[in-house]
Order: sequence, then C-alpha cells, then structure tokens
Amino acid sequence: MEQKLRATLITGRTIEQGVGKELGKGSEEYYVGCAVCFFDKSDMVKLGIKNGSIVRVTSKYGSVIVKAQKYRWGVMPGMVFMPCGSWANVIRGDETYTMGMPLYRGFPVEVEAAPDQAVLTLEELLMQQFGRNSDE
Amino acid sequence: MSKTINNVVCPICGCLCDDLEVTVENNEIVKMKNGCAVCEAKMVHGYKSEERILKPMIRKDGKLVSVSMDEAVKKAAQILTDAKYPLLFGWSSTVGEAQRIGVELAEELGATLDNCCSVCHGPSVMATQEIGIPAATLGQIRHRADLIVYWACNPWASHPRHVERYTAFTDGRFEGSEWQSYVKKLKADSNRKKMEMASKRISRVEPPTKAASFTGPPPQMLEHKPGRKMIVVDVRKTMTAEVADYFLQIEPNRDYDVIEALRCLVTDQELDVEKVGGIPLDTLREVADAMMSCEFGVIYFGLGMTQSLGRFRNIEIAIALARDLNRKTKFVISPMRGHFNVTGANNVFAWQTGYPFALDFSQGYPQFNPGENTAVDLLRRNDNDATLIISADPAAHFPSVIMQNMMKHPLITINPDMNAISRLGDVVFPTQWCGIEYAGTAYRMDAVPITLKKVVEPPPGILTDEELLVRILEEVRAIKAKRGEPVGQAEPKIAPHKPTKATKTSRECPIQEKPKRVTKKTKKVA
Repeated sequence: MEQKLRATLITGRTIEQGVGKELGKGSEEYYVGCAVCFFDKSDMVKLGIKNGSIVRVTSKYGSVIVKAQKYRWGVMPGMVFMPCGSWANVIRGDETYTMGMPLYRGFPVEVEAAPDQAVLTLEELLMQQFGRNSDE
Repeated sequence: MSKTINNVVCPICGCLCDDLEVTVENNEIVKMKNGCAVCEAKMVHGYKSEERILKPMIRKDGKLVSVSMDEAVKKAAQILTDAKYPLLFGWSSTVGEAQRIGVELAEELGATLDNCCSVCHGPSVMATQEIGIPAATLGQIRHRADLIVYWACNPWASHPRHVERYTAFTDGRFEGSEWQSYVKKLKADSNRKKMEMASKRISRVEPPTKAASFTGPPPQMLEHKPGRKMIVVDVRKTMTAEVADYFLQIEPNRDYDVIEALRCLVTDQELDVEKVGGIPLDTLREVADAMMSCEFGVIYFGLGMTQSLGRFRNIEIAIALARDLNRKTKFVISPMRGHFNVTGANNVFAWQTGYPFALDFSQGYPQFNPGENTAVDLLRRNDNDATLIISADPAAHFPSVIMQNMMKHPLITINPDMNAISRLGDVVFPTQWCGIEYAGTAYRMDAVPITLKKVVEPPPGILTDEELLVRILEEVRAIKAKRGEPVGQAEPKIAPHKPTKATKTSRECPIQEKPKRVTKKTKKVA
C-alpha cells in the first residue's frame, strides 16, 4: 500500500454536478456531486481506500478534502477525475499560457488517504478560501 | 388552473432544445415533458428553490442585509464609477438584449468586458479567427451526418440531449436513428456478463480482467457497420463512449499529436511510429478510413481540447483536419458550446464592438487581446479594482487562487439564485430567470438565434437583467454628469422596421437600370 499517489488531474462535467447546480449550489445534490474525486480501481487498491473514503488531493496551488469514488465507466490508471465546482477550484492552477484559460486539466496532483478529515460544505469552503460567505 | 405550454425553449445548455412541454399550475411549473435530468432540475425544482434571491442585498459589517432596489442600484453604480479599471464578467446565461446593454455599460465605465467563453471555448473562437471553420447547423447534422466524432467531450453529462436530438439517436430525413442498434448492443453485453458470471460460478476460476491501458478497444471493422457511426475520442471512458461504436482512449494532453497523425493519414503521408498518443497506428488508420469514406462527417469537440495543453492550437489543427477531409468528402466541425447563450455573448459583443470576448474599453474604444483582457489574466495580475458578475458563477469555476484576487476588491453580483459567487458579493442583486420568467433571444451552439419563452410570472419587485442593467447604466451616467465627466448618449430605441419606398442616396450601390430594348418602333419615333 502506498502513502501517496501521484496522478494526473482531469476536471469536467458530470450529470450529478449538472443536476446539483440547477437545484441550487447549497443543495445536498451539489455537495454530493461535486465534493468527490473519482479513481481507477487499481489506484484505490494502491492507496488502500474504498468508495466513500476521505482523501486529500494536493496540487501546486492548494489542497482539498473530498470523498473518493470508483470511476465506473472504464480504466484510467494514474488519472483522477474531479467534477467542476468549488472543491476542484481549490487545486486548479492560475497559469493561462497568456490565453485566458487557467489550468483545468492535465496537471499533476498527489492524493493521500485522510480518514480523520471532514469534507467541507460549500459555505465552510467559501469561508476557508475567501474569509466570507452568505452568513458572514 | 393548469395549462400546458408547448415548444418551450430550455435555458440551460447550448443545445437550446425547443420542444419542451411545460405544465403550469397557479403560476408554478409543476410538470414537464421531453427535458433532460438537468433541465427538469432547473425548470421544475431549481428556479423556485429556497436558494432564490428575492431582495437586493448589501454587505454591511460582513453580513448581507436586505435593502431597497434603489439603494442597491446607487451603491453598485457608485462602486463601478469609483473604480478605475472595473471588470464586467459573465453574460453567458442571459439574453442578447441584456448583453447589448452590458457593452454600453462597459463603454461608459471604460471597463474590461469578458464572457464565460474565455474559460471554455475562447480558444475555439481564437482558432476560428486564425483559420476559419467549416460549420453546419444542428438541423443539417441531424438529417445528413453519417459519421459523428465526439472529441474530448461528454455530451451525456454536459449536453444530455445532443445525441438523442441532433446526432446518432435521432431520425433524420436521410439518416436513421442508431437507438435500436445500441439497445441490441446493451442486450448482448448483458448476456455476455451473465455468461461470464455463470461460468465463474461453475468453474470457480476468475475470468481474465481487462488490462489497464490507454490503447482503446481492439480494431473493429468500422466501415462495415451500417447506418450512422459514432466515434468518441477522450482521455477517459465516459457514458458517451459507452454508447459509441468506437472509442479511442488517448493520453492526456496528446490531442494535437493524434489529430496531426490523422491529418498525415488522411493526406496519404507515411508515419514511422507505432503509436501516437497511446493509440496504435493501425487503429488510427481505421479511424482515418472511416472519416474519409463517410458522406457527411462532423467533429464535435469539447473542453478537453480547449483546456488541455496546446489550447487554441489543438482546435486549429482539428479545423485543419476537417479542411483536409473536405478534399475527400463533406466534413464539418463544431464546438460544444456550454451555457445556453455563450454563443450569443460572442455574437452580440462582436456585432457591437467587432470582437467576441476579452474586451478593454479603458482607452475609450474596444481593444481585443486574449491573455491580457481575459478575466483570469486580469485577476491574476490583480489589475482590476471592482468586479460585476452577471449570470455566471466564477466562484464555482475559477481557480481559488484567482478568486482570492477578485475578493480583494468590491464585488457586485446579478444572479437569480444564491450561487457561490452571490454568497461572496458586496452588492447582491436578484433577477428574473430568463426563459422562465421573461422572454429574450439566445443563440444556439450553431449560432442560430432562438427566442426563449416566458412561462410564469416573476416574483414581485424583481427586474429582468436588461431592466436592471439599464437602471445601473442610468445611475452611472447621473454620477458622472454630477462630477462633470463626459457622458455617453443613451442609445435611441430602435424603431420597428417598416418597409419604405426605396430612395437612391449617394451611399447606395447604384442599381443599373435595364437598358431599354431598342425596337424598330422606338427607332422610328426617335
């Protein structure tokens, strides 16, 4: 079992994220659909995690706690996928190569199990990242 | 009393499906038909959820407090006029009429004006400027396309009805639906799995697992499949790939290499490599053959291309592939535009200013420079000193490191519901849902303008995006006039077009009159 997994991060749309964002960014569906990271089965075995385990995903730009989930559609060893959303934003990069488009996919991250950590809600995450939310 | 409204347009993604049947009871949508899961989430539940903003709010002592519309408009106008270099960003989920006022406001403020396309298909727009684009409307694809390639996109998640309504699963005039063949494939797969499980139970031997690799499925005889063919190219297998006849799983950031290899194969050049982007050359050869042997092919590309390394060069080379293929057959290429009116934002900005996004009015005239005036670059340099976000949610889609710079300065938000950016705003405006509570114009992903319908009445006191922007613009002009600064003229309302008697002016192209036929009779008279 490995302590840390080095992988390439891809972020993108999922149907759950799409439904969640339309129901409301504060909805349970958005939280469940976005605060998640998808893994190849073989990578989950390497890290010693299973569906629903808490993991920390770290890039050069930040670190975020999300739930792990097995990617159901096929094999993608060495690649992890996160749905678009405020959780993925924490680790997305600001390099645009002078083209306006920041780093959304295809850059390296490290993943490790973080069983004693909690996955922040949207309000908590906004407070952690920007020092304010709709309450304060 | 319930009533059913037909042919309602869905205001969510670039497909702008215009066949929804919406049932309204007591001014509430209670039921709908024909929509996808995302559409139903918004039109039946989301638009009236608890997240809806019903009053304008201003952040006072760190807390959002409800205020009157007048106070919020004055505060917003004050912030924008005080700023030296404000950013107006969003515009992709509102109607063209509001986008037009947005350009006027940006010009009045000397602001930077950018739309969501800079973080989605901005590179596609740039590539189109470089090389042009052989395009077609979705109607043409629906009726004629016999080869559909989805490159680096997953319409099943982002445009759920695209396949069903416009490509492989639709019955066109000249091409049929592939739905039945997919159902057969599903049944065959299900039977195969049952057989595998049965043999496992009998023999107690684990069936060999599929090797984890990027090589994709073994080559099939694509050209012998009857009917429409669908190929998916992506870095990961998706539900769209599951539906497709052929799936190529390429390595991340290798789109350019694979497309260039396909170009070589299409133009009969030799390649002395075994694999490109993790795909064996034989497989690529088969795909190139399928592309060349089709009668009407189309490549739909998504954010996997525009956001990967290479950015607009990926799109440029993909358009070049379509151009090469047009020497052999008919081929078109189109971006899978995301928000329902992001194409409209490009179109409206372009017909108003000459440029589609990344605009800077600080010199008094529009300047276009992606990489400098694009929202992310501007925020990255921490150049702007106030931000107005309309019908967008950068707090859910911009990297946090960028957003932290945005939060250093006053933030005004205009959104119907409390999305992530509205939660962070200093002045938070509510607005009506376009396409549900008011009508307007939106451009489909193929740049066909479609009129959104009004289905229910909005809550009292909430303005449309256009009305709200006009009020902010008027207030901005009033503040500037008080300060003695030059103010732009309010644009005169466009009178409805009336056919008038043609009169010849000096700017008109002279119409050559038909020379009178010289007949013997006229000659005699002369």
